[in-house]
Amino acid sequence: MSEVRLSGVRAGYGDVEILHGVDLAVPSGGTTAVLGDSGSGKTTLLKVISGFLRPDAGQVQVGGRTVAGDDAWVAPERRGVGYVRQDGGLFPHLSVAGNIAFGLPRTGIARRGRAHRDRVLELLDLVELPADVAERRPDQLSGGQQQRVALARALAPRPDLVLLDEPFSSLDTALRTATREATARALQASGATTLLVTHDQGEAMSFADEIAVLRQGAFGQIAPPRTIYGEPVDAHIASFMGEAIPIHGLASHNQFRCALGNLEAAGFVTRGAVVAILRPEQLRLVAPGEGSVDARVSRVTYFGHDSVADLELVSGTPLKGLRARVVGPEAPAVGDTVGLWVVGPVRVFPG
Amino acid sequence: MSVSSSGTLRAAAAAGAAGGPGPEPDRQRAPGQRAPTRRRPRRPASPVLATLATLVAALTVLPVAVILVRAGSGPPGEALDYLVRPRIGELLAHTGWLMVLTVPATVVLGVGAAWLVERTDLPVPGLWRTLMLAPLAVPAFVSAYAWISVRPGLVGLGGAVLVTTLAYFPFVFLPVAALLRTLDAGEEEIARSLGVGPVGAFFRTVLPRLRPAVSGGALLVALHLLAEFGVLEMMRYQTFTTAILQQYAVGFSDVRGSLLATVLLVLCLLVLTVEVAARGRARVARLGAGAGRRPLPLPLGRWTVPAVAALGAVVALAVVVPVAVVARWLLVGTRIRVEGAGLGDLLLVTGSTVGLAVLGGLLAVALGLPGAVLLDRHPGPFAVLVERLTFLASSLPGVVVALALITLSISLVPGIYQTALLLLLAYAILFLPRAMVALRSGLAAAPPELAEAARSLGQNGAGVLGRVVLPLAAPSVLAGFVLVALAISTELTATLLLAPTGVETLALAFWSATAELDYAAAAPFAAMMIALSVPLTVLLRRQITS
Ligand SMILES: Nc1ncnc2c1ncn2[C@@H]1O[C@H](COP(=O)(O)OP(=O)(O)OP(=O)(O)O)[C@@H](O)[C@H]1O
Ligand SMILES: [Mg+2]
Repeated sequence: MSEVRLSGVRAGYGDVEILHGVDLAVPSGGTTAVLGDSGSGKTTLLKVISGFLRPDAGQVQVGGRTVAGDDAWVAPERRGVGYVRQDGGLFPHLSVAGNIAFGLPRTGIARRGRAHRDRVLELLDLVELPADVAERRPDQLSGGQQQRVALARALAPRPDLVLLDEPFSSLDTALRTATREATARALQASGATTLLVTHDQGEAMSFADEIAVLRQGAFGQIAPPRTIYGEPVDAHIASFMGEAIPIHGLASHNQFRCALGNLEAAGFVTRGAVVAILRPEQLRLVAPGEGSVDARVSRVTYFGHDSVADLELVSGTPLKGLRARVVGPEAPAVGDTVGLWVVGPVRVFPG
Repeated sequence: MSVSSSGTLRAAAAAGAAGGPGPEPDRQRAPGQRAPTRRRPRRPASPVLATLATLVAALTVLPVAVILVRAGSGPPGEALDYLVRPRIGELLAHTGWLMVLTVPATVVLGVGAAWLVERTDLPVPGLWRTLMLAPLAVPAFVSAYAWISVRPGLVGLGGAVLVTTLAYFPFVFLPVAALLRTLDAGEEEIARSLGVGPVGAFFRTVLPRLRPAVSGGALLVALHLLAEFGVLEMMRYQTFTTAILQQYAVGFSDVRGSLLATVLLVLCLLVLTVEVAARGRARVARLGAGAGRRPLPLPLGRWTVPAVAALGAVVALAVVVPVAVVARWLLVGTRIRVEGAGLGDLLLVTGSTVGLAVLGGLLAVALGLPGAVLLDRHPGPFAVLVERLTFLASSLPGVVVALALITLSISLVPGIYQTALLLLLAYAILFLPRAMVALRSGLAAAPPELAEAARSLGQNGAGVLGRVVLPLAAPSVLAGFVLVALAISTELTATLLLAPTGVETLALAFWSATAELDYAAAAPFAAMMIALSVPLTVLLRRQITS
């Protein structure tokens, strides 16, 4: 059974429709990342699910219950949906403990933070923060710590569904990785279904079981990371998910004939002129003459863990954007002549 | 102080932050990606809210309408005859001279003092910051009384300029100092690294950005001058406001008073227009946007002693003289009337003043709420219109508002003429902007994002209000209430016209004693007004440092 199911959801602000019929299903306990450009409607989608925006059409179900659509409407506070906002949004007048305990039931004698001490400590532990931050105010925390407190606060009432809106985008690279990993562990331990919004492809792929690419208010493809990267449904998603070299050529059966020789083709293969997408890491550099074609290295960009070599075909056939990713210290030098070898099939799309 | 001083004051301080550091660049975004668009949701306001806000705005615009209608009710020829009399020209000239001399003087004094306190290594800057705001604790007409009682020859333009400058320069100091504190050191430092000296850097990078703060402060001074009654009456310097009150005292001629008030109204509009032009197209940034870096204070070196002496002289003239004179008359008075019959009287008057102040403060906060919620939660052209109307109507002199309310109540609801309700209404109209500004900053402290966060944690509407919005908004709302109450407790002009017979306030008691030249009898009321106003200084000081 799916924890979240959206069908044909249309929503927007005033007369402007932002989501034009969105369908999505996240299974119970699953993690789905919503990936999209800035302004594509990711936050809008989360507002619809959490109940801060009424869809104009369509249906939203959470845990099998219709929370919006078909004349049904469940107020945000009754949905049991945890929401970590893009900006964290901690209550500035409450301590960390007060923030985390905010959504916990208040019994008669319960005083803010105190009564739920154990739960607060448990949650701090879950998000890997030391217990001594409990009495601090939000403005005495670093950005990454604030995000973790926001997560702990959302997890405290044990929601079945947690929505995360770019929770790591305000953090710098190192902190971002650490916070993301801590968040992933905390979510896994809580068993909550998770919907993560991000515009970072690497983050989406490393965090989620499934990726849903949102563009122009509708999902272009929903699939596991490997599929979406390796088998994108169109050229746009292919280049959105990572660096892609478009190559024009002719297809027949599962062969693709182009300037790089005869390559194995996969995807929607028609006969005739098509476009293939090649990933830079699919190109292997071998000794001259040993590959399918020879190329000259025109430029090398060094990244530490790998290098990218820009290439020009020796035959002189222009091929824009041809480049290979070379791992480790084996990078060639500018001016070297190398042989090219393509590993694995290339994705082919109708030209 | 009949003009909505600190409402606009705060607005000016906020506008003062205009040039503050811009939003931080999103470092984490890949170069090709656009930064996220952050827009406030513009939901349509509920009809109830919109109606309430409209009603309040209508109430504040009412005086203008009444005055204009009354002024136009007589035969047109007569009105024109009255307006082209030499007497009107004389009043105009008086008002003009006062403005031309006092406004620049307050700007020079305010900006200079703010720069010394906030940007140089002046000793004990915290103390000076307080002292530069201390004149606000002395009602201007009390200060005029002090000067007149020690130097009776000071009457006329000279005395008027002296007293008003000393009383009103903090209106410029406050927003400029607040802005100077929030400006980032960056631009000044870049100018210095390009070879411009410290003074040049100030003039070329900082001063231009002070423009909105300076013009906002100057606007406030100008509006106060147009509305000033107490000081000018004591200095026997006639302007429109004093003329209207005399006209009213001589025999209430509705049409003539309204004609004078119309001219005053036009002058106010003129001042507001000039200010809009002077402010320029400065961008208004939010206060406290990113801490930024404060520049190193400029070493004063051998200028330290002259600087301290100059500021000290200002404090001596603006605060020490009035306080010392009041204290001396207080001593004289106790020596004359040993029996101390005055004490009970003083307490009684203080009690009724505080009562009016509390009620008026509550009324202003209540009336300000719909507009503030509208502006904060449903911004849009309608909300802005409501705000503008409120501010415009409230920059009218107290005498205009009072006159209009009298006219209106006599002709429409005679029942409320000569009741405290009418007086409270006048206070609320006059000081509404203060309440609204405070309410808005309170609501801004509890943004809708936090309310939404609380709802997704299971709180319903009441829970959100009680556990998030109120605790966060309370400090500013309380501060706004106190500001209004303090302003009411020293209000003279509207009170003179509207107080029901038998109701005494500190300002009224003080005024009637000085009218009989009984300076000793006036002193206890003056002392009490100063004592009540001390918290004002503290509250306003927080606006600079927070
Ligand atoms: N309250 C609003 N009123 C009107 N338009 C809005 C509102 N909020 C967002 N929009 C518009 O809706 C579109 C989608 O906004 P949304 O916030 O969902 O984008 P997003 O995908 O979350 O972007 P980002 O990655 O920058 O956060 C944008 O064009 C935005 O300008
Ligand atoms: Mg967003």
